[in-house]
Amino acid sequence: MTTAIQFDGISKQYRLGNVGTGTLSHDLERMWARLRGKPDPFAKVGQVNDRAAKSGDDGPDSKYVWALKDISFDVKEGEILGIIGRNGAGKSTLLKLLSRVTAPTTGAIRARGRIASLLEVGTGFHPELTGRENIYLNGAILGMRRREITRRLDEIIEFSGCAKYIDTPVKRYSSGMTVRLGFAVAAHLECEILVVDEVLAVGDAEFQKKCLGKLRSLSEERKRTAIFVSHNMAAVKHICTKGVVLGDGNITFVGDASDAIDHYQLTQSTNREIAIEDRIDRNGNGLVRINSIEITSNGCPTLYPDQPIAISVRYSKQSRELLSAPRLIVGIYDSFRNSLFRLDSALTDELPATLAPQGTIKCTVTPLHTTPGILFVNLAIFDNGQLADHVENAAAIEIEACYSNSGKLRLNRKDCLINLPHTWTYDD
Amino acid sequence: MASIEATIPDVQDDQIKSRAEEDAGDWTLLIEPRNSLFDLRLHEVWHYRDLLFLFVRRDFVAFYKQTILGPVWFFVQPILTTLMFILVFKNIAGLSTDGLPPILFYLCGVTFWNYFADCFNKTATVFTTNAQLFGKVYFPRVIAPLAIVMSNLVRFGVQFVLFMCFLAWFWARGEVQPNAAALLMPLLIAIMATFSLGLGMLFSALTTKYRDLVFLLSFGVQLLMYATPVIYPMSQMSPRIAQYLRWNPLAPLIETARYGFLGSGSFSWGWLAYSATIAVMAFLASTVVFNRVEKTFMDTV
Repeated sequence: MTTAIQFDGISKQYRLGNVGTGTLSHDLERMWARLRGKPDPFAKVGQVNDRAAKSGDDGPDSKYVWALKDISFDVKEGEILGIIGRNGAGKSTLLKLLSRVTAPTTGAIRARGRIASLLEVGTGFHPELTGRENIYLNGAILGMRRREITRRLDEIIEFSGCAKYIDTPVKRYSSGMTVRLGFAVAAHLECEILVVDEVLAVGDAEFQKKCLGKLRSLSEERKRTAIFVSHNMAAVKHICTKGVVLGDGNITFVGDASDAIDHYQLTQSTNREIAIEDRIDRNGNGLVRINSIEITSNGCPTLYPDQPIAISVRYSKQSRELLSAPRLIVGIYDSFRNSLFRLDSALTDELPATLAPQGTIKCTVTPLHTTPGILFVNLAIFDNGQLADHVENAAAIEIEACYSNSGKLRLNRKDCLINLPHTWTYDD
Repeated sequence: MASIEATIPDVQDDQIKSRAEEDAGDWTLLIEPRNSLFDLRLHEVWHYRDLLFLFVRRDFVAFYKQTILGPVWFFVQPILTTLMFILVFKNIAGLSTDGLPPILFYLCGVTFWNYFADCFNKTATVFTTNAQLFGKVYFPRVIAPLAIVMSNLVRFGVQFVLFMCFLAWFWARGEVQPNAAALLMPLLIAIMATFSLGLGMLFSALTTKYRDLVFLLSFGVQLLMYATPVIYPMSQMSPRIAQYLRWNPLAPLIETARYGFLGSGSFSWGWLAYSATIAVMAFLASTVVFNRVEKTFMDTV
């Protein structure tokens, strides 16, 4: 397969703070350096792009930041690449470079074919013009010729579902209609490479589905390459074939889309897992607190789908009183927040009616039989019938791959979530 | 408000070249930190010519949408300006109109001057006014200033028709004598368009980063009008002032127009060539500056 897009050592540096006299003096310094044939005095400085960390005002270092640093990867023809990452990881900057809204500081991007980029739908819509006039305007802005638009006008109008309003000024449209019209134009662009930002986050569910379907069919039928940036993991998993995870301006993972999602989710939660005790994003009255959780299989932390699992939760009660009618709920979720299992102590009545103010509750589970990948655990503890503590994503657990009795690798996440043990017989 | 601004250091990276050679290929698109200075990428502009047309149409249509008089509003501005000039400069200040009917004298100056001033003012802030659009999608940036020059040309055309009506009236009464120099009109407009585009793009590149210039600019354009023979004929200037004012590249253009249509004023090929040269030079300089800025202006605007 040929390479459609090649990112080659892409970096982007931004200057922080106001444009003011400092800017002018840096500009002059830079110009002076260039006149003498010296390299840019500010090219070497710059920090890792960690928005949370607050930098002091000492030295030139703090004035510059690398939004992207040495990004290199290839996108093959016909691939749908999903780019995921936290806010501020550099996703939007990467898209901006690709759509030529701004230029990289260093490096180069090479591509084969026309790139159509949708950082926003309905770019350049003029509120006073009618829907039809705006289709032409928007199409031309995206690089279509007038002839092309005329040829596909009926298709576009039909896809947008705004046929009745097409000769009404766009300012009378609802926001949903405007978005639909914008996407309709974009979806009918003739290009080899499609770049899509989270524009799909708008519009109703039905329209979103239509858009995702369109994106998928574009790549399957027409062999178009697409790059898709989203926070919607389900959408990424559904339509992307490959995933890139960005973190603080660097690539942290390249690979299969669902692996990329798992990697992202895992790094997300390990960041926060530091200690359940220190977490503040918890609900409940706080009289009892969950201190830690440990998940093991036969006493070791490696978990296999065909082995029983033991979940131990340590708790403590501030008032040193006994817990009455204790109840512990363990919820197990996949990367898309689908609830897979719920283990509720109230359903079995095995816990004693009162518990010591400090202790460990242990739950033993039969083999989960899930396909390999990441699972997330939510915890909730009740005391005296009231929610005392509730921690989401208290732990992320990785289920290892496992071979069947015949030695074949079992199913994986792309096939299904649960891999039920079963037998086959043959009846004559 | 804090802003984020990008920087382009000169970094030579041999690594980049080596990787490109591995996949030596038929890349159709190359995105790099900088483009070459004089390259306007005209083939790209040509591909987007429909956009140019649609921008012009949008400006024209959106101007009179939801108005009853519609395009008639294009007439109102020059007529009111002319009446005001007659009142202030002719009647109160008593400036000479070279023996011409004042309404024709001022209308001629105002029509031509407005074209230059509108083009210049709008082109100079093209990045700031289109930031929303430029920030989301790529098309050759030069389309935007070109569209401004073109849609103002439409406006000029409408106003010129108005001027022609008045001219025909006074000509029929024998008060003015147009001559063959009036046929130079397309050339005058071409020079004016080039000059305003060049000057405007030059300033647009600077206003993205330093907004101070925007304020300076609108004031400067007003002053420039008084340095151009719009409200007075060149012939009435004292030679001491005229020897400076004649170096204003706009002066020969307005004077030629007045000479051709109204039969009074000065005309010389030499000065016209001078205006053309300045216009072309401004345009070339602006191309260089515009090319340097267009790629990263989004980070500074």
